[in-house]
Amino acid sequence: MSESVALNEQYELHVNGEVRPVRDSWLGESLLYVLRERLGLLGSKGACEQGECGSCSVLVDDELVCSCLVLAASAVDQSIVTIEGVAPIGSPSDVQQAFVDAGAVQCGFCTPGLIMATHALLERTADPTEFEIREELSGNVCRCTGYGRIIEAVQRVAVSRRDSGQA
Amino acid sequence: MSVLVPHSLSDALAALADNPDALVLAGGTDAMVEVNSGHRKPSHVIAINRVAELRSWTYDPVAATVHIGSGVTYAELMESPVAELLPALAEASRTVGSPQIRHAGTLGGNLGTCSPAGDGLPVVSALDGVVHLASAAGERSLSVHEFMVGVKRTARQPGELITGVTLPVITGWQGYSKVGVRNAMVIALASTCLATDIEGRNVRLALGSVGPTILRCAEAEAFAATAVSFEARSVSVADARRFGELAAAASRPIDDHRATAEYRRHAIGVLASRLLRRAFPNE
Amino acid sequence: MSSVTGERIISGRIGDSISRPDGTPKVQGSYAFSSDLSAENCLWGATLRSPHPSARIVSIDVSGAYRIAGVEAVITAADVPGSPTYGLISSDQPVFASDVVRYVGEPIAAVAADHPETCRRALAAIVVVYEVLEPLVDPERAIDGSHPDIHPDGNVIRRQRIVCGDPDIVGDVVVEGDYEIGMQDQAFLGLEAAMALPDDDGGGVSLYVATQWLHEDQKQIAACLGVPLSKVRLTLGGVGGAFGAREDISLQVHTCLLALRTGRPVRIHYSREESFLGHVHRHPVRIWMRHHATRDGRLVKVEARMVFDGGAYASTSSAVLINGVTHAQGPYRCDNAVVDGYAVRTNNLPCGAMRGFGVVQACFAHEGQMDKLAAACGIDPVEIRLLNAMVTGDKLITGQIIENVAPVARCIRETAALPLPDEPVGGHDHDPMRLPGGAGRTADSSHIVRGIGFAVAIKNLMYSETFDDYSTARCRLSDGVVTLKFATSEVGQGFITIAGQIARSVLGFDNVVIDSIDTDVGSAGSTSASRQTWMSGGAVNAACINVRDQLFAAVAALHGVDPSSLTVDGGDIVDAAGVFRISALEAASGLSFDETVEYHHKPTEDLDENGQGNCHTAFAFVAHRAVVDVDPELGLVKVIQIATAQDVGRALNPLSVIGQIEGGIAQGLGLAVMEEIIMTNGRVRNPSFTDYLLPTFLDMPSVIASLIEEPDPIAPLGAKGVGEPPTISSTPAIVAAIRDAIGKPLNRVPVRPTDIIGLSAFPSI
Repeated sequence: MSESVALNEQYELHVNGEVRPVRDSWLGESLLYVLRERLGLLGSKGACEQGECGSCSVLVDDELVCSCLVLAASAVDQSIVTIEGVAPIGSPSDVQQAFVDAGAVQCGFCTPGLIMATHALLERTADPTEFEIREELSGNVCRCTGYGRIIEAVQRVAVSRRDSGQA
Repeated sequence: MSVLVPHSLSDALAALADNPDALVLAGGTDAMVEVNSGHRKPSHVIAINRVAELRSWTYDPVAATVHIGSGVTYAELMESPVAELLPALAEASRTVGSPQIRHAGTLGGNLGTCSPAGDGLPVVSALDGVVHLASAAGERSLSVHEFMVGVKRTARQPGELITGVTLPVITGWQGYSKVGVRNAMVIALASTCLATDIEGRNVRLALGSVGPTILRCAEAEAFAATAVSFEARSVSVADARRFGELAAAASRPIDDHRATAEYRRHAIGVLASRLLRRAFPNE
Repeated sequence: MSSVTGERIISGRIGDSISRPDGTPKVQGSYAFSSDLSAENCLWGATLRSPHPSARIVSIDVSGAYRIAGVEAVITAADVPGSPTYGLISSDQPVFASDVVRYVGEPIAAVAADHPETCRRALAAIVVVYEVLEPLVDPERAIDGSHPDIHPDGNVIRRQRIVCGDPDIVGDVVVEGDYEIGMQDQAFLGLEAAMALPDDDGGGVSLYVATQWLHEDQKQIAACLGVPLSKVRLTLGGVGGAFGAREDISLQVHTCLLALRTGRPVRIHYSREESFLGHVHRHPVRIWMRHHATRDGRLVKVEARMVFDGGAYASTSSAVLINGVTHAQGPYRCDNAVVDGYAVRTNNLPCGAMRGFGVVQACFAHEGQMDKLAAACGIDPVEIRLLNAMVTGDKLITGQIIENVAPVARCIRETAALPLPDEPVGGHDHDPMRLPGGAGRTADSSHIVRGIGFAVAIKNLMYSETFDDYSTARCRLSDGVVTLKFATSEVGQGFITIAGQIARSVLGFDNVVIDSIDTDVGSAGSTSASRQTWMSGGAVNAACINVRDQLFAAVAALHGVDPSSLTVDGGDIVDAAGVFRISALEAASGLSFDETVEYHHKPTEDLDENGQGNCHTAFAFVAHRAVVDVDPELGLVKVIQIATAQDVGRALNPLSVIGQIEGGIAQGLGLAVMEEIIMTNGRVRNPSFTDYLLPTFLDMPSVIASLIEEPDPIAPLGAKGVGEPPTISSTPAIVAAIRDAIGKPLNRVPVRPTDIIGLSAFPSI
């Protein structure tokens, strides 16, 4: 196909509680592309564009999905939450802080997706076993850590929430 | 390029009538991979994941069937009570991709793509599911065996939408097994669904990833029906092995970069006999 | 644009397990990776790649690309103003192929356009006519000369023999084996990404890129652009993992050329498929080994022949080969050896650095051999390794004496002593998730057999063969704030964390700022070869010591104390008697210091024609034990536990060290059971994460690790590099465990289900 790309579409997405207009876009763009390149939300990462790594994980209508597999223009009227919507800059969530403290971050590329997946996991299961953690996070690939410190971080949050009565 | 997001089935069908070759997009777990890589360049997309009629399942206790809307996700199929009604489907759903994929991927999409490696398909086949299609012109239903025609080919016509699938709730053990090199996010090298119907006194076996589409094993099923004891829930080790051999013989696998035909055939034999022993654990 | 942000002052000195200073931005998604960078008026770039492993280019017609609205530039080899080739050791790799293509994925052209989709259409519109040639894919044919040269430099990149002691001696016990190691990919998650901004006068460029060695990139880019070094400024964009794949040039020159051609900023992002083709991989290797021993298991002689398939371009194959052959004996005493090694050129994908750098392959072979010897001698596999374990003062087969701390026996004993898993196969609850097959429910516990395997490794640290390896660091102290500047690539390993710890320990100030990582300071060398803690840590340490000594001199002059009696104690400066004490902050008030140090290690030597010479810098040691459950009928595997004891010298940050150990073991596990780039006749069958499988949470077991801290007196901080050893003996330990479970030999990695069952891996046609 040698025709030029039509960059003239516009629509609105609901992201992190705000209505965000999308302008001059091509309809074939994934939600990941639109979040990053049009809405300035660079926290979600693309590492495979096939849904095989989880780096692009976001919540759509409270479900953890890969944003690279969502056609942005089809996500209108859905509630989208990205890593930027988890906590204000400078006030990390307990999950985010636990990742930092437990040494669960090395290069950090998988980290935003893992934070999203961990929040989703702990919403579903307040006190997960090690295997529940492994299975619920199995859609997030990390190449640096070998997963040990990440599991430690998740367990620390679960214990801390239980101890403080948040579970 | 156009992207439409209908909120009702009638709107979806009307849109499809206008563009019969439009890409019907549900969870996107197959289609968006192709769009992202540039292998698929749809002119028109109809996103159906907001069509409420397609996103629910219902249980008819009189007919003993479950109707699953084509927009129901694998994650939903893993939850009670549908997981108890269709345990093999819940097991198959658990093997699909990852939690992210399971929240988006749908059984309807699995049927629409009709890859021989589709994880839900051996279950639908073993249960002799009925696939429902609709278009602006009307509705029709057909057996899944007629629906699945070949490698990524179905009986769905342009302008038709898969609205759902009806599966029977049968009494008897049912289960699903899938072979992959990794323990998560893996495409089946070989898969099997075994479903036993105590009242009907039959055993069904469906095979995935070892043919152009899902295969049933008539000879193996016939052999099992006589070899097992439904009352005692028993089968001999030798008969279970024979069952596996017949299943392997029914498979028509190919060599590809994931596995050899020889391995796939071998794996089917092992899976089938192990599943039969799980269904009939006594000797 | 700094890659380190954060307002929290993090204290923490050497030995503390403090968290990384860039941790908060990373968890909040605000950390700037190179793929997150953009600029006003920026274009997208993309690369056209060869679909053939070997072909002559008959013609290239780019006119179709220019007819697409939004396309701003199309460049080919004709548009390279400077050197048409580049390379880490020899400059043998074209920026763009012009007359021939030598591998699938070789760049031929690049475009700049307004949208990635426009780029894709532009690439599709470029018409290249090829005359397809028969590719050279069998490394033996590169050696026997039966295939014409596929490159002017010839088909053999390097050959190295090692002969030491008595080459004709024969042992009472002899075991031999043929081993094969498949092609592993580094598969970092942060895909290749760079952004180039042309200077206003078009004479130079600023490049932001995720890379392992800023200055080496700078050198090669400047040569290809035909401009002085000062006209190419590199800043490190946040790096999403490296593992060796960013050591070679990939998109750097292309991005700069497009920026200079268009006069606008240009960014290039690789897709995952492109990434598989666009960077070097771990060398696939075939190794024959024959080990001779006395009847009681003492090594007498090691013979080996190793063939490394370097693919189309030389990259660092020469150095990888040397690592392989010089480590043939493993961490064991052996007086006699005959080793012959080749690194060859084929039309397969170019290979180069990957964590472990040739020693991964050698270790898989020598550990398989040690197990065979153990069986032949009737000795326990752990005992035979203890019997032969090296100590400080022993020699490699190159004649080089191990001067470092060498706690090999301790690595072995401590690993063996770590507790085995107390849960049986399937766990007490027979959870399918604990069995091979996982959610696929392929097996019950009764179908599974458990095996245990053991392996030990030696790994060289830093570079070899007279390479003048050095690192530069600048330390400034002003207004109570220490600012460190270095070009050390932070790729996730945590150098920026320990840099601060070193500075705090030496100077006594908590407030340490890491300046932008760019080419405005001298080279730090590559983040590879487990070298940065030693080299860049050494440079930071030395620069901080210089500043400290000047501060002491100032304190001494002001307060009339003897500067040689002063030390840093926590946040204070004290004298030896403990009488004089002043806070470091107060002492430095109003003073400024600025010191830059270039840290070099002791020179190394070349190898002679018999492979003799002190060619390596230093060595580290490690042992692994693997517990693996196997389904022998289906050939599926689940690694249950990895135990390890690693010789780390000194853990500057124990938490970071554990992170390197666990992460490295995951890569070793990947090579053992699932990771391989599958090539058929020069074509890649699986360039995606669907079919190139990385270990997930459900594949990686828990790791128990013992850190052996015997500070190395030669290392500047007593600390050895820790990044590579975890990848080296983890792989053979896992394979040994599988062999133990099934009672069959296994000679290749990754082990496939067909290998375990005994079926052919290849179709019978």
